[in-house]
Amino acid sequence: MFYRESGQLKTSYQEDQALLSITQDRIGLLLILIGAFVLIPLLASDYWFTAILIPFLVFSLAALGLNLLTGYAGQLSLGTAAFMAVGAFAAYNFELRVPGLPVLVSFILAGITTAIVGIAFGIPSLRIRGFYLAVATLAAQFFIPWLLVKVGWFTNYSSSGVITTQPVEIFGYVFDSPVERYLLVLAIVSVLALLAKNLVRSNIGRAWMAVRDMDVAAEVIGIKIMRTKLIAFGVSSFYCGVAGALYAYVYLGSVEPDGFNLDLSFRILFMVIIGGIGSIMGSFFGAAFITLLPIFLDIIINDGAALLNLKLAAGITSVMQLLVFGGLIIFFLIVEPLGLARLWQITKEKLRLWPFPH
Amino acid sequence: MTENILNVNKVSLSFGGVAALKNVSFQVEEHKILAIIGPNGAGKSSLLNVVNGVYKPQKGQVIFKGKTWKNVVPYEAARSGIARTFQNIALFKGMSVLDNILTGRNLKMRAGLLSQAIYLGKCQREETNHRKAVEQIIDFLQIQHIRKTPVGRLPYGLQKRVELARALAAEPELLLLDEPMAGMNVEEKEDMSRFILDVNEEYGTSVILIEHDMGVVMDISDKVVVLDYGKKIGEGTPEEIRNNQEVIDAYLGVAR
Repeated sequence: MFYRESGQLKTSYQEDQALLSITQDRIGLLLILIGAFVLIPLLASDYWFTAILIPFLVFSLAALGLNLLTGYAGQLSLGTAAFMAVGAFAAYNFELRVPGLPVLVSFILAGITTAIVGIAFGIPSLRIRGFYLAVATLAAQFFIPWLLVKVGWFTNYSSSGVITTQPVEIFGYVFDSPVERYLLVLAIVSVLALLAKNLVRSNIGRAWMAVRDMDVAAEVIGIKIMRTKLIAFGVSSFYCGVAGALYAYVYLGSVEPDGFNLDLSFRILFMVIIGGIGSIMGSFFGAAFITLLPIFLDIIINDGAALLNLKLAAGITSVMQLLVFGGLIIFFLIVEPLGLARLWQITKEKLRLWPFPH
Repeated sequence: MTENILNVNKVSLSFGGVAALKNVSFQVEEHKILAIIGPNGAGKSSLLNVVNGVYKPQKGQVIFKGKTWKNVVPYEAARSGIARTFQNIALFKGMSVLDNILTGRNLKMRAGLLSQAIYLGKCQREETNHRKAVEQIIDFLQIQHIRKTPVGRLPYGLQKRVELARALAAEPELLLLDEPMAGMNVEEKEDMSRFILDVNEEYGTSVILIEHDMGVVMDISDKVVVLDYGKKIGEGTPEEIRNNQEVIDAYLGVAR
């Protein structure tokens, strides 16, 4: 009803190419931003910040990074967690070894370091693709955590391999309360998401999609396949690296290399698949689905049992949670293989025409 | 006097023991349309692939705009002004018509990675300028109504037209069309023929065309080259080809 574009005439190509060309979208985004930056900090509790919102944002960023690579450029990767580890440990070492380096700068440097590592592990993509490439990126997944444990320098010779991150201090102000950390992550993620959106709607984004959809044709119209793929690995790894740094500094506070395991890589891959391959917004949907759903299921199962006066055996809640969770993933993939982002898009298209079917 | 934009000089190409092209030579004059005909498997598509650098011939040379090619890759062919369409549609299925055509202009875009990420300013101006150029091509090929449709949803004939648009977006000097009318009905063929002639006339683009529909070939081409089993068996104006006994035996056949 309210989502109509009738009467909104565009008079220039610039208007037509705007990020949000429909007024309602602009209002919607503004409301979301006000909600995220103003309302949630006023309303949410510390538990919500530390256990739900911060991890959701960090995983969104990681999923966004993987989505650029897998969804847009079509290069399957199973090394996301390893790239996050590179980001986390790079930020740690920059902070440790360069006294007085602003923490935001070391996040950026961590991203750049990860981009370089990502490009190195992206080189096999020039010869192999699909599942074979996925297996090649597994090399990163096993090699990098091993290296971080093996070479003590990376963990500053901590005997257990665990590092405790330095305080997050920007211009002498220490971000340590949950709400401050939340706002910091939110700001970083918002800016990076905007940059990613800009990338995918300009030349490099089209080149990525061209390589994904039909690489021979892409080459024939003058796209350098090698360069395009490596840029995709670089940019994607940059995002994963920053996500890793945030994961360590803002979410957990102390991490070890073995925490960045294949499980985490798969989790992020699932976020991309469920959220929507080749969609910036889908990365957020997927991260929300994977991080929030188990918590809601937990609440529902426990409350439901209490309501029915059932006494659940210890551990059964988590088993039931996994069962329902797995079932829902399958359900969503059957209903919409292109993910939640596609469902959202269909809803918008329907709303535009409502109440008419066509 | 018109010059030759392309000289293909005694080109031989083989895959293992299979010889796809044997000692093939021909020239394309500037602003002219050359048709390549011949039975299936005669090496027509391979010839196009040699011209735009996908395959490297074992023998012979390709001279484009007076420059002899050494180890040319498709990227360089595209940059020096060769665009092509494919026998099986090779559009980017996940993208809209507009994005497909804009991708065709990728070589003309200059904004760096950071500038694209920030978008405002240089990158935005560039996008808008290229959009203008793309809209001209969209007007030219009469596909305004589908510009925002994902190409996967379009009917076959329109997809072929979008592919032509993508090739034209690069503003090529030589356009290679691999069976642009395969699988089309008469009306679509007429439209496509008209577009090819218009491109040739308005932009002065030279065209190499592979086509099986003899009516179309005889109507629109200035010169015809006939291939059979990788060998050139005839060359000349459509009229000469129609009366060439060897070509009739190998390919055209006789009406009974």
